[in-house]
Amino acid sequence: MSQFVYLYRGAESGRSPEKMQEMMQKWMAWMKQLGDQGHIKDIGHPLESTGKLVKGKQKAVTDGPFAETKDVVGGYTLIEARDLEQAVELSKGCPIFEVEGAVEVRPVMKMNM
Amino acid sequence: MVATLTRIFGVHNLALAEDVVQDAFCRALEVWKFRGLPENPSAWLMATAKNRALDVLRRERTARTFAPELGQLLESEWTVAPVVEELFGAHAIKDDQLRMMFSCCHPRLTEEAQVALVLHILCGFSVNEVANAFVSGNAAIEKRISRAKKVLAGSKKLFDVSGADDFSGRLPAVQRALYLLFNEGYHGASPESAVRAELCQEAMRLTAMLVEHPLAATPATHALAALMCLNAARLPGRVDASGSLISLFDQDRSRWDSRLVAEGQRFLDLSATGSELTEYHVEAAIASVHAMAHRTEDTDWGKIVSLYNTLMTIRPTPVVGLNRAIAIAQHEGPQRGLEEIRAIVDRDRLATYPFFHAALGEFEFHNGRYEIAREHFRAALDFARNPMERQFIEQRMGACEIAAPQRMVAARSQEPPVRRVVRHKGPGPE
Repeated sequence: MSQFVYLYRGAESGRSPEKMQEMMQKWMAWMKQLGDQGHIKDIGHPLESTGKLVKGKQKAVTDGPFAETKDVVGGYTLIEARDLEQAVELSKGCPIFEVEGAVEVRPVMKMNM
Repeated sequence: MVATLTRIFGVHNLALAEDVVQDAFCRALEVWKFRGLPENPSAWLMATAKNRALDVLRRERTARTFAPELGQLLESEWTVAPVVEELFGAHAIKDDQLRMMFSCCHPRLTEEAQVALVLHILCGFSVNEVANAFVSGNAAIEKRISRAKKVLAGSKKLFDVSGADDFSGRLPAVQRALYLLFNEGYHGASPESAVRAELCQEAMRLTAMLVEHPLAATPATHALAALMCLNAARLPGRVDASGSLISLFDQDRSRWDSRLVAEGQRFLDLSATGSELTEYHVEAAIASVHAMAHRTEDTDWGKIVSLYNTLMTIRPTPVVGLNRAIAIAQHEGPQRGLEEIRAIVDRDRLATYPFFHAALGEFEFHNGRYEIAREHFRAALDFARNPMERQFIEQRMGACEIAAPQRMVAARSQEPPVRRVVRHKGPGPE
C-alpha cells in the first residue's frame, strides 16, 4: 500500500444553508465509506481560508488568501491506496466536484532503502 | 441564536448578529465534514456563536456601540465574558426569543411583514423558505424582510417584556402573527402540499412561550393555544397515505391525536376567565365541538352554527360567512346552505377561493343537481392551489359523473341541454 494526500481545492461559500447542510452530509458519507474500506490513514482537517504567506529571502509576510479563491486549499486527507490509479479512482467519489471544486491527488514521496 | 446575539449587540446590529450565526454555522459544517457530527450539534453551535460574539465585542467595542441597556457591562474586560455567558444561559435565551417576538410585531409593520420576520429571525427560515411559506417570489420576500429589518433596527433597543403597559398593548399583534403563521401551515396555499406541519409546529412552539410567560398568559393566549392544539390534533387524519386531502366528514377520527385534544381542552378551560371573548375563543370552541364528536354524524351542528353566528359578530369576513353557510347546510339542509351563501356580504372576494366553488358544488350535489354541481367543482378546479386540492376536487367531479352518468355523456357530446328534473336524491346530510 502507498500513501497519498488529497488536497481539496475550491472554497465553498455563498451557498444557502440547506445546500451546505446537504453537502456536509455527502462529505460525511463519502469519508465514512473510504474509512470503512480501510483507505483513510488520517482523516485530516479543514483549513481556514485566511492566514499569512511568508516569502522570499526577506521573509516578507503578507496576508492570505494566497491564490484565486477556486484554488485555495480548503482541507487535506491522508489516504492509503494500492497505487496512484486507485487513489485517483477513489477521489472521484468526493462531493467537491458538485460545487466545481477539485481534488489534487499527490503521492507521498518515499525512499526505498 | 439571532435573538440572543441581538440582545447582546443591540437591535441596531441585527445584521451583525445574523452574520455571526451564519459564520458559526458555516464553520461548524466545515469541521463536521471531516470530523463527523458531535454529540450535541446545537450546543456546539451555541458555544461557537458565543465565542464569536466575545471576539466581536472585544474587537469592535471602540468602533461600535452595542446594546445600550447593558451599558458598561460589555465594555469592561472584567464583566464582558460573564455577561455573555449569562445571556447564553437557557433561561435568558427564552426571554430573548420572547423579546424578539414582540420586537418583530412592531406596529409600523404590516401583519404579513411581522409574520415573515418571525419566521426568518425566530424560526430560522431562509428567505427561500419564507417565500415558499407565503407562496411568493424570493425577491418580493427579500424586499419585505429587509424593509422590516430596517424598521426593527430603527427601534434602537429590543422590546422590553417586563413593562406591563406596552406589553399588553402589543400582545394582540403577537397573537395575531402566530395565528396567521399557524393558519398558513394549516390552510396554506402552498403549491406542493396542502398542510405544512412545520409551520404549525413553529407557531405552537412560540405560542407555548407566551403561555409560560406570566404577563402573556392571558385568556386570549390560552384560547389561541387551545385552537392550535385542537386543530393540529386533526392533522394526522387530514391527509391520507397518498398525500391527498380528506374532508372533515370522511376522516378516520381514530387517527386524531388524543393527547393534543386533551391539551387543547385544558387550554380552552384556562381561557374561560375574564370578560373578553376573542375570535380565538370561538374558533377553539368550534374545533372542540368537532373533536368531541367521535363520528361525523355525532357532530352538534346546532352548536357550531351558533358559534359561527358569534364569530360573524367578531370577525365578519367572507370566509367565516362561507364556513357558517357550510355548518348551516349540515344542520338544516343544502338548500339553506345555498341561501346563506347567496347572502354573504362581499361574496366577490371568495371568487378565487377554491373551497367557495367546492361548497356550492357540494350543496348542489346533495340537492341532486349533479350537472350544476359538476360545473361548480369544475370552477373550483381552476383555482386549486396544489395537487392535493386538485385531486380532491377531481374526485368530487367523478362522484357527480357517477351519480348522473347518462346526462354527463350527453354534456360531453355537446348536445343541446335537456331540462330534466332529477328526482333521485343524493346522499344528503344526516
